Amino acid sequence: MASKNKRLVWMQSGGCGGCTLSLLNAETPSLFQALKDAGIDLVWHPSFSEASLDQVQALLEGLAEGRETVDILCLEGAVMTGADGRFHLLPDGSPMSRRIERIARRAGCVVAVGTCAAYGGISAAGDNHTGAVGLSHQGSQPGGLLGGDFLAANGLPVVNISGCPTHPGWVLETLALLAAGALSARDLDPLGRPRFYADKLVHHGCEKNEFYEFKASATAPGQMGCLMEHVGCKGTQAHADCNSRAWNGEGSCLSGGYPCINCTSPDFADPGHGFFHTPQVAGFPVGLPTDMPKAWFVALSTLSKSATPHRVRHNATCDRITLPPSLPKKSKP
Amino acid sequence: MTRRLLGPFNRVEGDLAVTLDFTDGKVSRAAVSAPLFRGFERMLVGREPLDALAIVPRICGICSVSQSVAAARALAGLYGIRPPADGQRVINLIHAVENVADHLSHFYLFFLPDFARADYADRPWFAEAERRFKAQQGAATAPMLEARAVLMRFMGTLAGHWPHTLALQPGGVTRVIQAAERVRLQQWLRAFRRFLETHTFGDSLEAVAAIDSERALQDYRSRRPGADLALFLDIADDLALSALGRAQDRFIAAEAYPDEQGCWSPAGLWRNGATEALDIAAITEDNHSSWLAGSGAHGPGHADTVPLPDKAEAYSWSKAPRIGGQCAETGALARALMRGEPLLQEMTARQGGTVLTRVLARVTEIARLVPLMESWLTALDLEAVLLAPTPGTIVAQEAVGLTEAARGMLGHWVLVENERISRYQIIAPTTWNFSPRDSAGQAGPLELALEGVKADDPQALQVQHIVRSFDPCQVCTTH
Repeated sequence: MASKNKRLVWMQSGGCGGCTLSLLNAETPSLFQALKDAGIDLVWHPSFSEASLDQVQALLEGLAEGRETVDILCLEGAVMTGADGRFHLLPDGSPMSRRIERIARRAGCVVAVGTCAAYGGISAAGDNHTGAVGLSHQGSQPGGLLGGDFLAANGLPVVNISGCPTHPGWVLETLALLAAGALSARDLDPLGRPRFYADKLVHHGCEKNEFYEFKASATAPGQMGCLMEHVGCKGTQAHADCNSRAWNGEGSCLSGGYPCINCTSPDFADPGHGFFHTPQVAGFPVGLPTDMPKAWFVALSTLSKSATPHRVRHNATCDRITLPPSLPKKSKP
Repeated sequence: MTRRLLGPFNRVEGDLAVTLDFTDGKVSRAAVSAPLFRGFERMLVGREPLDALAIVPRICGICSVSQSVAAARALAGLYGIRPPADGQRVINLIHAVENVADHLSHFYLFFLPDFARADYADRPWFAEAERRFKAQQGAATAPMLEARAVLMRFMGTLAGHWPHTLALQPGGVTRVIQAAERVRLQQWLRAFRRFLETHTFGDSLEAVAAIDSERALQDYRSRRPGADLALFLDIADDLALSALGRAQDRFIAAEAYPDEQGCWSPAGLWRNGATEALDIAAITEDNHSSWLAGSGAHGPGHADTVPLPDKAEAYSWSKAPRIGGQCAETGALARALMRGEPLLQEMTARQGGTVLTRVLARVTEIARLVPLMESWLTALDLEAVLLAPTPGTIVAQEAVGLTEAARGMLGHWVLVENERISRYQIIAPTTWNFSPRDSAGQAGPLELALEGVKADDPQALQVQHIVRSFDPCQVCTTH
């Protein structure tokens, strides 16, 4: 009897392979067990499969022609459409972009793993002379390789697991939901991102929250204070659960002492300012916390700065806590 | 003459195709192609210098920290600063974690599964190789991935996450370590050591690092038959991997893991059995066979990257790096030779750089690095400042940042005009190893290593072993 497992094919194009490497950080269970437990057969992955050379060519051609089936197609890396696809050629001289499109149009569902595959990402940064695009977006605009109105055989648009890199949990949980038929269009945000992580903001659960509340700001990376006012942090605008879902055991950009650069957002690589500076107008950041009216932000910031405890203000520019929180005053006997 | 086009190669980082010409049944000419180009050198132009820290790690998901280290070092040159001693120790720890994890991933996930192919079903070691090393399913895979993930927790604690951290700055690192955190890091490193000593080596790391001759290596192999390294040595013996994949036998390395006293592994150029100082000014690139404008040798500080996808004589997006006009091989074996490791010196003197010596250098480096990491953790002054502030202005208009990635020498050449990057050139390890021909027609290391190989089997397995013995990273190669 044929396996009821879902057949997963993973392709790579204009990217760094970092989303795959991040997947290897999955713990308990590790990657291959997690896929197996989710009922997924990894038919092909460029980093992990035994088959090589002609065997791969035959498999991918079979998928493109429909002789082989694929339930879940994952693409990692942008699609290189410039110069008739010559920025990424297959060994036979044909463009990789064409092969990706042919397989995607036959796949049960299509998943863009990482910001590059979703929107073009870092590969589309600057003048984008390679014509790097995402599967169904070019930057934040619908379009890309497959067109903004693309729907896969299962009726879903491209599932954009954006992030640079992606958290292994985002990928494995999305794949498990897809394999179980438990991900619907309602579960994706307007940019196609799974809402289970994209409806949170990086700000949620940030260990610098007390500094944020009192606008006790760091002036450089590596200081304890909030990095939003001066050091370019976009955690209050970035859609991801990085501070409520730990990376590599116990990390996040903020716990590491450096700003969030909003890497789940389509155009994060070209912010229009230095990554380590916050552009300001009249002393207030241009990028305000999500859904916050400017007048209230200005009013609350001014108020909270005037109320900042000495301890918090002092620690903000230190590289470690030098003034601990005080204990409750002793009650009189 | 017949021609065979091989590709796409998998279990290499990025994309690779190889064209082989055969004469009398053996490869008479190989042309190595990197078929993907993104153009990071162009993306960096016009940005603020520090922005390189956010852009360059994304060149590569497997050598991400190495890219950060090279950029941070180049920027430190621009700003005229250097990390404090303990900041450098933490940089070294973060960098060593990536390099060790890469070595392990290469050995277990990319390289060994080829020996579990049915093509080898008649070999005496096959049943055991298939049981342990079969792609994705081998018994060695799950414990390795669990051990690797525990090691990678270092990245969560010290660097926020991996890959693509911003924790590495020109003046050090953005995160101090508390005493309790060091306890956790030491627990994780001990767990990782236990995995290595149980599975990979079947012996203490110190005993493996002490193997100083081929005779001692044979002793180890006979004493520890259950170890994964010993099984690989059996396979290597049977398949004569010591005679496979010899290139120019000219090796290049940068300094690795600097400290107050100097560094753990020195820079140098090794040729004709002797080590010379590394002359950075003698490094050039040649775009003759690249789909890029320009031909003839030019220093990396004096060239821009202009794609020409229609260039007739080209066959790769990779440039051809040379030192003093010659190509050179880089990687763990080069580092071992610069350090004067007796085992690898003896083997290289006898057999040259081969599939066996490249892989052995990589795996035994793990046994050396983990104790080193333990000593850095112990020596770390928890009260010390780990980050020198980056000044507001640069003091130099150009700088070079060199380091050793897992797979060899990585260099960043940066020029600044009007406080913006005006040129940024990168030479990655696999740019050296998988270089195409230069304008003098000189073949790159892999191209030479494939000459003379018999590759008439359907899967050209010897070619695959040679290719993977370099631990190629093609996304870095063309960047």
